Amino acid sequence: MSDHEKPTAGAEAPRASASAERSEVPHEQEQRVPADSQQSLQSPESPRSQPSQGWVSPVPSLSGMGRRLLLAALAGSAADLAGVALIASAAWLITRAAEQPPLAALSVAIVAVRAFATTRGVFRYGERLAGHDVALRAQAGTRERLYQALIPAGPLRQEGADLLSRMVDDTDAVQDLLVRCLLPAAAALVTGIAAVVVAAFLLPAAALVLGAGLLIAGVLLPAATAAAARRWSARIAPARAELAARVADLVHGAADLAAYGARDRALSTAMDADGRLARLERGQSRIDATALGAGMLAQGLTVVAVVLTAQTAGLGRVATAVLALTALVSFEPVLPLAAAGERLASVLGSLRRLREIGATPPAVAEPERPAPPPEPPLTVEVEDLVVRHGGREPALDGVSLTLTPGKRVAVVGPSGAGKSTLLAALMRTADIESGTIRINGVDVRRHRADDVRAGITGLTQDPYVFQATVRDNLRLAGPDATAGDLAEAVRRARLDTWAERTGWDTVLGEDGRTVSGGQLQRLALARALLFDPPVLLLDEPAEALDEETADALMADLLGATRGRTTLLVTHRLRGLEQVDEIVVLENGRVAQRGSHAELVAVPGYYRDLWESEALTRPHL
Amino acid sequence: MRLARAERGVRLHLAACLAAAVAAGLLVLVQAELLAGVLSGRFAVAALLPLALVVTLRGLLGWVQGISAGRTATALKTVLRRRLLRRFEEIGPDGYRSGELVTLAGRGLDALDPYLTGYLPAVAVAGVVPVAVVVRLFAADLPTAVIVLLTLPLIPVFGALVGWTTRAVTERQWRALARLGGHFLDVVRGLPTLRAFGRARYQASVIRDVAEAHRAATMRTLRVAFLSSLVLELVASLSLALVAVPVGLRLLSGSLDLHTALLVLLLAPEAYLPLRAMGTKFHAAMEGVAAADEAFAVITPSGTADEEPGHETAVREARRTAVETTAREGLPTAADEPARAAARTAPRGVPSHGAPEIRLEDVTVRYPGREDAALQGVSLVVSPGERVAIVGPSGAGKSTLLHLLLGFVTPARGRVLAGGADLAELDLDEWRRRLAFVPQRPHLFAASVADNIALGSAAGPDEIRAAAAEAQAAEFIEALPDGYETRLGERGANLSAGQRQRVALARAFCRPAAQVLLLDEPTARLDGRSEAAVVEATRRLAEGRTAIIVAHRPAMIDLADRVIRLDSGALASGVTIGAGIHDTGSHSTGSHSTGSHTTGSRPEPRAEGGAA
Repeated sequence: MSDHEKPTAGAEAPRASASAERSEVPHEQEQRVPADSQQSLQSPESPRSQPSQGWVSPVPSLSGMGRRLLLAALAGSAADLAGVALIASAAWLITRAAEQPPLAALSVAIVAVRAFATTRGVFRYGERLAGHDVALRAQAGTRERLYQALIPAGPLRQEGADLLSRMVDDTDAVQDLLVRCLLPAAAALVTGIAAVVVAAFLLPAAALVLGAGLLIAGVLLPAATAAAARRWSARIAPARAELAARVADLVHGAADLAAYGARDRALSTAMDADGRLARLERGQSRIDATALGAGMLAQGLTVVAVVLTAQTAGLGRVATAVLALTALVSFEPVLPLAAAGERLASVLGSLRRLREIGATPPAVAEPERPAPPPEPPLTVEVEDLVVRHGGREPALDGVSLTLTPGKRVAVVGPSGAGKSTLLAALMRTADIESGTIRINGVDVRRHRADDVRAGITGLTQDPYVFQATVRDNLRLAGPDATAGDLAEAVRRARLDTWAERTGWDTVLGEDGRTVSGGQLQRLALARALLFDPPVLLLDEPAEALDEETADALMADLLGATRGRTTLLVTHRLRGLEQVDEIVVLENGRVAQRGSHAELVAVPGYYRDLWESEALTRPHL
Repeated sequence: MRLARAERGVRLHLAACLAAAVAAGLLVLVQAELLAGVLSGRFAVAALLPLALVVTLRGLLGWVQGISAGRTATALKTVLRRRLLRRFEEIGPDGYRSGELVTLAGRGLDALDPYLTGYLPAVAVAGVVPVAVVVRLFAADLPTAVIVLLTLPLIPVFGALVGWTTRAVTERQWRALARLGGHFLDVVRGLPTLRAFGRARYQASVIRDVAEAHRAATMRTLRVAFLSSLVLELVASLSLALVAVPVGLRLLSGSLDLHTALLVLLLAPEAYLPLRAMGTKFHAAMEGVAAADEAFAVITPSGTADEEPGHETAVREARRTAVETTAREGLPTAADEPARAAARTAPRGVPSHGAPEIRLEDVTVRYPGREDAALQGVSLVVSPGERVAIVGPSGAGKSTLLHLLLGFVTPARGRVLAGGADLAELDLDEWRRRLAFVPQRPHLFAASVADNIALGSAAGPDEIRAAAAEAQAAEFIEALPDGYETRLGERGANLSAGQRQRVALARAFCRPAAQVLLLDEPTARLDGRSEAAVVEATRRLAEGRTAIIVAHRPAMIDLADRVIRLDSGALASGVTIGAGIHDTGSHSTGSHSTGSHTTGSRPEPRAEGGAA
């Protein structure tokens, strides 16, 4: 997997990639970050509502980027040409000088040698800068298009952190495609053609030989390495994943393994996985080795053949020398292409994955002519709602529910009963198979999803903490909120002491490292309260809180939501006597509905749950 | 170079790789000699044959270099990986973040590849070939040799100089760059949240702005960083001009022959090339060195694990899961060795039938780097068949008590007796075979459900099914796509917290020989129904066994014959637990619980509870 012979550009530059270092950033370092990234979550704005454009090819369009790309390619070609010309003119100078002509005959060559020696480095510098600039622009464009494709829910349903990281890494592939593959290939092509043309002037037969050699090293070899790399990486990727899983088991499951005396076996399984991976990697390194050897061979034998051709044709000494050295040096930009071919295989894989994401249709189709946004107060009527994820059993199977203004409904049920799916359908991140959801009498499918979510939203599953300040993490739910609004939301979510202690301007770490599960949940609740939607959705607000806090939070919550339209998904029944209706979902269907008193009175899931909760509650 | 010293097996491959690289480099001299001879007309056309041979040999050597580089890399990675994982067993996950170790042992070691396969051969070539070239040039043409000799050092000097001056700039910008680059991932991860608050579309423009800022900042860095290669390239090509022009002029005056002149022209660039190649590979290689350093830091036994201040005790407690086997298992200390030897020669037997009595005599446990003892002078007797619930606030030492019985930690003072035998003298593996442990957060391995249940035992399919049924896990397992063959773990099926606990309980049921049951808050974070299922399974599991259950929910506490309260590592006395528990023992005085009757307590005789 190593890039031995990197193509000329950028090999020693710190790679300008996003994923290069995603390590923890200590605080004092974070302060230096340009302001725009920290404030990115809350800067005042008028939401730019660009319709999401279709997926465009990740390769930059030729309009704006083309000029820069051309510039980079020209600079790269110029650098390589200068390199060849330097040696060729030096060869001419020396062999011609040996014929002892008048000094004036050499003066042009002397100037040329010095000029090429100087310009080569300068052109190379220009190429590197231009190449990286265009690559970064292309990457930025790719990321933006990728993001646009992700905005409507759908393309990434199972979004694990790993998967997302890989996807983001994939956007780096565009950079590699340009800097490591396309630009070096363009420069090599220009140089190769120039060398062949020069050779053709000197001796057409030699030009043929040189052309053949360059084709082998610059086309055949890279094509072979690309094909081989694709084959090997298809085998290596699963082996690598297997090893990673084994190592993770060994480390994270250490206590279990020790207690059950299974450690040695786990270690040997991990080392078996390592052995399989090592075998594959050795196989892959044979590609590198063969490419390296074959490239050297092609270069050397071509030079020999060119000299032989020239000698047989009785070419003069000066021309022969120029021909030989031109041939020798013209391989220099060509040889790294074998490694570039290898890289190309994985770059194309990345681009293919990105294209697949772009091609995935969104989960919810936007209406052609959207109805005007619903005006609060909102009445939400759910009727015979059926929602299905993929080809599986319906997650919701004929659910009906009405939320009139001010009504509070709780949804309970075992995990997998469809509670979260119901919320997703209401928020338009999951599509309706049959049945309807109406807001103030208008089918939600006639509304833009954003308009629906502006009215129906709240605390969703897996809330996320951004790498931003506490304040910005809150204000994303209320860009125009005053400090007083923030304080109020935080207080009602019982986050005030934490917020004061942490500091409003503290940047929260990656994955909310400085935020515990309970605080995360409360932060999400504060956001929901700050956003203050006409219909408030709360998905397990007390999840991951310890019992005492959970009870207190639920009590506060039920107090705070009195009189406002609320849909509460919970598995804690305590306090539910305060809500207007309780819906028990089991297997996607409404198993029971009614008030707390009604439900406790009859046998069923609710009473079972109530009784087992009573068992675990000493003071009920 | 610590790497090369590290492993003998690796050294051979590395030597082959370096030798091939150097030999191929030296052959360039021969190649130049022959080519110059043919072109100058000194050698006949027939000399092209040896030239072709030399070329072929170089190609072959390049191939050998590549093959042995691959072998070096994989062999070294295997060795380091094995040592890392072994070492990890020894020191437990306490000393460093386990997530980092997983990364290091996985992809992290791959950073070694560019170092081993690219940089080291380049260094070897750079150490030999320029010297050989200069020597040959001295023999051929003194003025050229002097020019090369004088300009050659400029490459490392300028390289270091430019690197030194640019490093400050690059490092200053690097963190900012990383963070700007990380912004995109952050936004993508938080997309569902942004969507919920109608901020998703707005972020698209932020992404564009941040990407632009990232690009601008990167380009500022690169303009400086690329200067170093510009300088190196200029030195190399200007030196060539410096050589070629005077050579041409001397040819004109007849003071030099064409063969020598061509040789000089062919050889001079070869003096600079290896040094530049080395520089090119330097950056990627340094990442590999960093990875290797990290690996060696883990492998080499060092002092104490550094504790992160400000970490909550509860978190630490949770992370201490596996733990401190150092003294006992991996690296027997001098003091420990006799005991181990004794254990090996005469493994002290605990009575093999029936549950052993467990007795703690004035046990104190300390964790390195922490002032307060995790357990302080705890004395306790658990009779065979007794069911004891341990309660107390988090950080009180409850989990430590279980880890003590598991042999994960050793007492700093006092002793632990099992069936009358000191745990320190027992064969721990044998002792653990008699335990069944259900941790607070059981790990599900990336293997089938069946393998997860059978962990460490040789149970057959029927036994596994029976254990799952006992643990109330059979129903949901059979509903999984592939039943018992469904793959679990990170990339496998997702189980709810309650289901995970039940798989872990099934593990315990799979060990019918286990006489002592150790459970660590098995119902934490479960909803009522799941909790009831786990409590019921636990009740059945505890039948006929000694059970020590860390608990904080009444239903679980109800199972116990006796409740012990730990506070700040010490036994608290005179405890009353809420409804359902009528009375709890005051252990320091030897009284014991009369048990509770809410959920099927067994009508067994009350065990002798009390301190020794």
